[in-house]
Amino acid sequence: MSYEITNIKFNSYLEKWSRDYEIYGPVKISAGGRFSDTDNIRYEKIKKVEDIEYKEKSIFSAKEVLFPVTETLFNIQEEQLNEPVYDKKKYLVFLRACDIHAIDRIDYIFLKNGIYTDPYYKRRREAIKYILIGCKESFENCFCASMGTNKTDNYSMGIKFFDDKVHIEAKDPIFQEEFKEEIEIEFTPDYVLENYYNVTIPSVEKLDFSLFNDEMWKDYAMRCISCGRCNFSCPTCSCFTTSDIYYKENPNNGERRRVWAGCQVDKFTDMAGGHSFRTDYGSRMRFKTMHKVYDFKKRFGEIMCVGCGRCDDRCPEYISFARCINLVSEKVNEDHEEVK
Amino acid sequence: MLDLNTKKIKKNAFRITKQRDKTSIRVRIPGGQLPAEIIPTLYEIATKYGDGKLHITSRQGFEITGINFENMKKINELISPVIEKLELPYGVQIDNPKEGYPASGTRNISACIGNRVCPYANYNTTELARRIEAAVFPHDHHFKIATTGCPNDCIKAHMQDFGIIGMANVKYDPYYCVGCEACVKNCKKRVVGALEMVEGKVVRNEAICIECGECVLTCPMQAWSRKEEKLYKLVIMGRTGKKGPRLAQTFIQGADEASIIKIIQNTYGYVDEYIDRTLPKEHVGYIVDRTGYQEFKKWALKDVKLPKEAKVAEYIYW
Repeated sequence: MSYEITNIKFNSYLEKWSRDYEIYGPVKISAGGRFSDTDNIRYEKIKKVEDIEYKEKSIFSAKEVLFPVTETLFNIQEEQLNEPVYDKKKYLVFLRACDIHAIDRIDYIFLKNGIYTDPYYKRRREAIKYILIGCKESFENCFCASMGTNKTDNYSMGIKFFDDKVHIEAKDPIFQEEFKEEIEIEFTPDYVLENYYNVTIPSVEKLDFSLFNDEMWKDYAMRCISCGRCNFSCPTCSCFTTSDIYYKENPNNGERRRVWAGCQVDKFTDMAGGHSFRTDYGSRMRFKTMHKVYDFKKRFGEIMCVGCGRCDDRCPEYISFARCINLVSEKVNEDHEEVK
Repeated sequence: MLDLNTKKIKKNAFRITKQRDKTSIRVRIPGGQLPAEIIPTLYEIATKYGDGKLHITSRQGFEITGINFENMKKINELISPVIEKLELPYGVQIDNPKEGYPASGTRNISACIGNRVCPYANYNTTELARRIEAAVFPHDHHFKIATTGCPNDCIKAHMQDFGIIGMANVKYDPYYCVGCEACVKNCKKRVVGALEMVEGKVVRNEAICIECGECVLTCPMQAWSRKEEKLYKLVIMGRTGKKGPRLAQTFIQGADEASIIKIIQNTYGYVDEYIDRTLPKEHVGYIVDRTGYQEFKKWALKDVKLPKEAKVAEYIYW
């Protein structure tokens, strides 16, 4: 069931829900961008609908609601280890279809990868509800239609923003109950059918090791600067690194902390003894590409990349990951023809 | 037969040249940016009344050369649309633009391209230059002022009486820092090495940091960002010239725009008090050499309310 609700009214709902939920949405951070007088858009707690930046694509994805950038796993106090207090809040997150699909992808890593699940991720994941932000038009660099992530049914509410009101579809009975006094309308969230750029996914069956030493990676070796913006803005990158921190004042106290890591960035492949592989940036690009379109699919049955295009939005060296996937697809087809 | 008041001519932005019957006019382009629609005006003057050439001055103006002295009145009329487009809309008080530029002592406020285009720049240098122009021009005292977006100082703010250098006014959120060390390595290689990794997060040595903003540019997480309030480094009394050319030295680190404008305005009063009137003109820096920095500082900082972050140089030795 769908409703039209004024912003003022919707804000009173948000205020009410904030008693039970931490409410997150894409927020414009004024002057927070890379260049002066530019903004950042990242996921933060919101209080009112006006806090949400819905006209532009967020620079960072919604994943950090579930997977904080820096997280203390436990505190070390002399002989004792204590987990940080975790208040059992629920999460309500405004996000787009691609990011909802992306969380499904991250689930494979944190929840369905072998016999262990990640409890830190899991407790948040189980307490999250989605409010789908519809996309009327594709943003630049999006290729969700190619990846089949342009649409989803996996949401509690779907929303469309106007200047002074919202149209909202409530699928979750809890929220249908909330809105029972509101005027019903016909509404389902928008989704795009096409993007400005299309990506062809390489066939996993045809991909083989011949691509490993392909010339195409040498081009990226020259171009990539290994900054990791593609990793950190990617809604499906879920790598982290864990380290024990000893406090200066008392080295018997400290914490075990995990922070995001990225396969494009230095130190990612550092090993005990100082050995490091994938030192050239082309091989990192290859590794990332293969993981996104090949290895992940082989292991979990789905392409990892959801086509949000944030990597292309942000790459300071103008490397297009979308085009890289297409290049791989062309190579795979080429090789296939040669076999014939 | 020419019978000219050269002092008046010079104040009207015309020049005394090598060639006895020729002058040239210096066109101000505050902030170094002009709408292209002005070019035909310059073209017309240069081709009809000049030698068909435009010289780009070192202060980002145009000098139209080879003009006959007798055409000065006509040139002033022709140049008035430039004054109307580049000066008046930004608040510069010029009562009769048809009479040309009313002063030339305070030079064109030049600016690097700034953050309209350049990724390094920490502010819009052209806009600040225009606001300074409105605050100080027209004036006969010989002041050279320039605005530059970052410590790369592409406009050579260090060669001015007042050089305004954009600071990033950075903040750091350790939560967003992934410890990639990009900022630390970059600061060490390209800047002053003010950053250090301590237990996976970055510590900034504020004593040596120049607030260039490289860390903000480098950080893939935007753990580094700029605060909304714009701060500037004000460097003073740099100069070229025959007598003791030198680079400007830092007067204030972390000044705000209002303070900088007030300081420059105050300096006009200081110059009035101490200028050597036996000379046709005297650079501010020579006056500061004579009175000492402390006397200058006393005048310059009168009624100036600096932000709390500002650090004023106790002494300056050029």
